[in-house]
Amino acid sequence: MNLFSKLYYKFRKYSKAVQLYLVIAGPGLVVMIADNDAGGITTYAATGAKYGYNLIWFLLILIPVAYFVQEMTVRLGVVTKRGHAEAIFDGFGAFWGWFSLIDLMILDWLTLVTEFVGMTSALHIFGVPAWLTVAGVVALMGMIMLNGRYWTWEKITMGFCALNLIYIPGAFMVNPSMSDILGNGLIPNFPGGFNGELFFILMANIGTTIAPWMLFFQQSAVVDKGMQEKDIPWGKFDTLLGAVLTVVVAIFIVIVTGTVLKGVNIDDASQAAQQLMHTNHYVGAFMAIGLFDAGLLGAICISLASSWAFGEIFGWAHTLNTKIKESPWFYASYFLTLVTAGLVVLIPGAPLVLITLFVQVVAVTLLPAALVFLLLLLNDKKHMGEYANTLSQNLIGGFIVISIVILSTLYGVSVMFPTLFK
Amino acid sequence: MLLRFRRFSAKIREINHRYSKPHIEMSLGVKISLMALRIYLFVLVGLILYKFVLMLK
Repeated sequence: MNLFSKLYYKFRKYSKAVQLYLVIAGPGLVVMIADNDAGGITTYAATGAKYGYNLIWFLLILIPVAYFVQEMTVRLGVVTKRGHAEAIFDGFGAFWGWFSLIDLMILDWLTLVTEFVGMTSALHIFGVPAWLTVAGVVALMGMIMLNGRYWTWEKITMGFCALNLIYIPGAFMVNPSMSDILGNGLIPNFPGGFNGELFFILMANIGTTIAPWMLFFQQSAVVDKGMQEKDIPWGKFDTLLGAVLTVVVAIFIVIVTGTVLKGVNIDDASQAAQQLMHTNHYVGAFMAIGLFDAGLLGAICISLASSWAFGEIFGWAHTLNTKIKESPWFYASYFLTLVTAGLVVLIPGAPLVLITLFVQVVAVTLLPAALVFLLLLLNDKKHMGEYANTLSQNLIGGFIVISIVILSTLYGVSVMFPTLFK
Repeated sequence: MLLRFRRFSAKIREINHRYSKPHIEMSLGVKISLMALRIYLFVLVGLILYKFVLMLK
């Protein structure tokens, strides 16, 4: 009897913990999985096609990188009750505030265009015309946004996050060699030696792991969700789980292309999906569906990151817990960003490749600034109190931030001057 | 239209006024970080402009 009561007590304890987590879960999972956006899927597909399983170990390193950066936005958002844009304005004054806000607006809009490129090219494989994809996506996102509750928006978005796991069954369907994955993938190695091409791929993978919009998005989401200081441990766990899942998905994409398309040059994920269809129709279809889902998740989060940031600074009502009548400017800026980005994809002869490359260049003007501001704000003991960074957090965070700044800058520069590292 | 523009510029002035002073403590570390960021951005914008000129040529 005593044993049963102990077991029952433990079961109750853990089931309550899971229930509590399900209430808190959201911002960390959504931001991390949305990080595997259309551009990210292309990068992982190209990584697998070029180097097979050999760079899986490198993707695993990205788990703590993503976690330590995003975890800081949880603490900052919960303690200050401010989004990242407002925190920069307040902490560093109007100059750095406007710099970050305008840079974020440009970067988010350009990234949104690339998400639409990914979504239209993914559905094009199934014969859906681009105009129908754009119209459908805008309508779908309108329905998700306009329900007037953050909770509903978050849970629907988490449904799309679950669809991102479609690459996992896809990887099992191509029958990869487990011994090759474990032997080649988990032991650190530089296939073909450390050369410029490999360096470019490594930088691209880091560049897709931390994007500026993620910092702004998660901090604002934490505030909009109304998370309290007691929720910080769960917020951290949510972020860690998201970081693990995003890398797991990336690894399965690498396994798919590394098994079937090794040695093939991949320029974008839709091309990979089309080539996969020749080998296995279902795996190709999974790749295309996953690409569409990735673009959709990216679009949902990126346009929100901008609208939240503008709402914070201009003093508009800026929460998903309001109806359109209560927050007209918040929703107007959201749909303006979304519709204009969608329309660009429909313009015949629009410089979409140039836009895709330009995203990387603009990102390196905002990412270092946003990361440095994040670290400095987390060291502001007056506002952060007991949640300020400790010495070890500063050492780890500082090392990660400096590494990301150097590598993402080199990536941006190599996009501008492609022969530099080759 | 003119009225809207005036309202908008008044809003920008209000934001600039509200955030005219940084509220973070300007320690030596913060000052050095912000200076490094300025130099970084200056160099990067220079590179972007250089690339733009190269593309025009």
